[in-house]
Amino acid sequence: MAVSVNVSRFEGVTMAPPDPILGVSEAFRADTNDLKLNLGVGAYRTEELQPYVLNVVKKAEKLMLERGENKEYLPIEGLAAFNKVTAELLFGADNSVIQEGRVATIQGLSGTGSLRLAAAFIHRYFPDAKALISSPTWGNHKNIFNDARVPWSEYRYYDPRTVGLDFDGMVADIKAAPDGSFVLLHGCAHNPTGIDPTPEQWEKIADVIQEKNHIPFFDVAYQGFASGSLDADAYSVRLFVRRGFELLVAQSYSKNLGLYAERIGAINVVCSSSDAGTRVKSQLKRLARPMYSNPPVHGARIVANVVGDPNLFNEWKQEMELMAGRIKNVRQRLYENLSEKDKSGKDWSFVLKQIGMFSYTGLHKAQSDHMTDKWHIYMTKDGRISLAGLSLSKCEYLADAIIDSFHNVD
Amino acid sequence: MAAISREILKRRGIHRSPVMATIGTRSMASWFGHVEPAAKDPILGVTEAFLADPSPDKVNVGVGAYRDDNGKPVVLECVREAERRIAGNLNMEYLPMGGSIKMIEESLKLAYGEDSELIKEKRIAAVQALSGTGACRLFADFQKRFLPDTQIYIPIPTWANHHNIWRDACVPQRTFRYYHPETRGLDFASMMDDIKNAPNGSFFLLHACAHNPTGVDPSEEQWREISYQFKVKNHFPFFDMAYQGFASGDPNRDAKAIRIFLEDGHLIGCAQSYAKNMGLYGQRVGCLSILCDDELQAVAVKSQLQQLARPMYSNPPVHGALVVSIILGDPELKSLWLKEVKGMADRIIGMRKALRENLEKLGSPLSWEHITNQIGMFCYSGMTPEQVDRLTDEFHIYMTRNGRISMAGVTTGNAGYLANAIHEVTKSS
Repeated sequence: MAVSVNVSRFEGVTMAPPDPILGVSEAFRADTNDLKLNLGVGAYRTEELQPYVLNVVKKAEKLMLERGENKEYLPIEGLAAFNKVTAELLFGADNSVIQEGRVATIQGLSGTGSLRLAAAFIHRYFPDAKALISSPTWGNHKNIFNDARVPWSEYRYYDPRTVGLDFDGMVADIKAAPDGSFVLLHGCAHNPTGIDPTPEQWEKIADVIQEKNHIPFFDVAYQGFASGSLDADAYSVRLFVRRGFELLVAQSYSKNLGLYAERIGAINVVCSSSDAGTRVKSQLKRLARPMYSNPPVHGARIVANVVGDPNLFNEWKQEMELMAGRIKNVRQRLYENLSEKDKSGKDWSFVLKQIGMFSYTGLHKAQSDHMTDKWHIYMTKDGRISLAGLSLSKCEYLADAIIDSFHNVD
Repeated sequence: MAAISREILKRRGIHRSPVMATIGTRSMASWFGHVEPAAKDPILGVTEAFLADPSPDKVNVGVGAYRDDNGKPVVLECVREAERRIAGNLNMEYLPMGGSIKMIEESLKLAYGEDSELIKEKRIAAVQALSGTGACRLFADFQKRFLPDTQIYIPIPTWANHHNIWRDACVPQRTFRYYHPETRGLDFASMMDDIKNAPNGSFFLLHACAHNPTGVDPSEEQWREISYQFKVKNHFPFFDMAYQGFASGDPNRDAKAIRIFLEDGHLIGCAQSYAKNMGLYGQRVGCLSILCDDELQAVAVKSQLQQLARPMYSNPPVHGALVVSIILGDPELKSLWLKEVKGMADRIIGMRKALRENLEKLGSPLSWEHITNQIGMFCYSGMTPEQVDRLTDEFHIYMTRNGRISMAGVTTGNAGYLANAIHEVTKSS
């Protein structure tokens, strides 16, 4: 064995902190208790709590295998067929921004990669601008802006008193920010709270963004998965487009097509002219090239095949309704169990009002820890549970645990 | 209908000057008026022009992807088989942040040696990366974060994207001499000078084999000298290995430079790509590895690489990684792969011979030895941009203006035509 002559330069490299979410799954796996429940998981599970590969995805992959397509490099901006369908899905094929060629769309590495491209673009072309993110938000948003060197601050969002939206706080903070900030908005199914603004509230948010000359920046990770309807879930984005904003939208197909590990998504920039769109697209490409040269082809082909084929597309819509439907049923059952079993008169209706995969229970850290320590229920410390990991049969158990933790732990 | 007007911008003191665009009856100022169109990618422009050319004689030797003897893209048999196996077994859950453990294991064996002690001692921090580009970028970002005072020495010439990668990672760049235009070979003396003159502890980017774009590699003796000098100067060697197996046909032989450095005790970094040697171009599969002092350090370094990847793409794509794992993990499939990659390398070596022989037969006054001396996908022909332009205009032959020929685009069908054209534009030099 060769003796190491040079001492490593990486002596000073310390261990990075464990990922808060992955840590939950690891602890769950190590738990031997029969009653254990993993509500940390950010991936959809069936009623049998198994991962789910959509039928349309299996069909698309079969088609792709049969066709024996080659594996040549995609262009830097990604698969043209994918870019076309993803923009149409988001804005509506007959939307004027599409008709007028005003959207710069680049295939990205799921939501994360698309957000990062946008953040890098912001850093390069809007070096004085700040990003505004909701409090709370998906943990990785902060990492993305940090690593892209875009300064950020938070706007109030979650109101623990109502376990709902702190709308006045949100509007006030967006108003107080410097003009021309990039406001990161969750298009639907806010992660981690599950709390979305109402249509009227969206209009008011648009008002204040317009007043302050901010730029809306949507993260759309759950289109179709939140309500079961692709169009309904695109409501907020389409509203802002209708009102004439230039805006950015990051998309992900991780959840709604179950393509988690394929890393397929897109960044869309709606511009006021097709010329601006062309220029913006060229610069997004310039940012992507030294990151990964060109994006992975497999997931893009799956999406293009599913969305581009009327039969598969319809079948997908049905599967999505099933997934969203299961989550709604589980919310309903949980709510019923909580209301029946809790004699304190606490209002648990937020479980029904919240939407999407996640729910902010209102439990704080000590209470969340209690959920794990006593009840073997794994969740993140901010009180978030993933309903995707809950089955109807376990709702009662969960209800008992929540009621106990809420009332008996300070 | 609400619109962001220039008035509002003026009132708010926004100093960007948005460009007015008229859409229908609305005028709307744009935020993106100051965004210039990016320069076109030099290589893609070549392919575009080629595609647009109606001539039946046209030849594309700009392409950086392997073609068979009919000029068609190739999907390896071992890859097709691996995909058939994957199709039945579907689970698209997120890979761990560092990527596929199996793929990483197999990649390390390939690069460091099947029986490497370093692997057994778990001293290598390794993560799945987005092909070679992603591996280089992760390393550059890691360098920036943990060794902010270092720079990177890059050979002249190199793959253009190397410059983009370290620039966007905000790591300062220096160059070292490499290619010798007069001999179309290695400027070894100057290279060694630059290595000696660089400050101790400098970071160097080395092409492990089949240098892109020149095809000029140091000999084994030269690699040993380079390694020795690196020890003296305590330089850090970062290997970009994008062509293992593809250069000579033998993966172990193509990893010789790395193995020499490892024997000499260097702590190296290595970017691996499966784009060419497994034909997985669009799948974006690769591996970044960093050799550390010990297992503890490797664990820490890996955790930090994951931390850098998380806000870039969270976790890497699974499909290509599955293909690689299945192929390299199954002795039969691995055998098949070795055969196929040798087949590709042999075809290229054969085309080099054919092109050179054709030029010599035509009575060219120039030496074309370098065509067969150089190795890998590319040949630095030594032609000038003007000569290249003539090749395109008069003969419909497409290549990059630096005179780089992609041997992957040469076939038994066009080698004669290509030689003839090159002879025509160079015979009076």
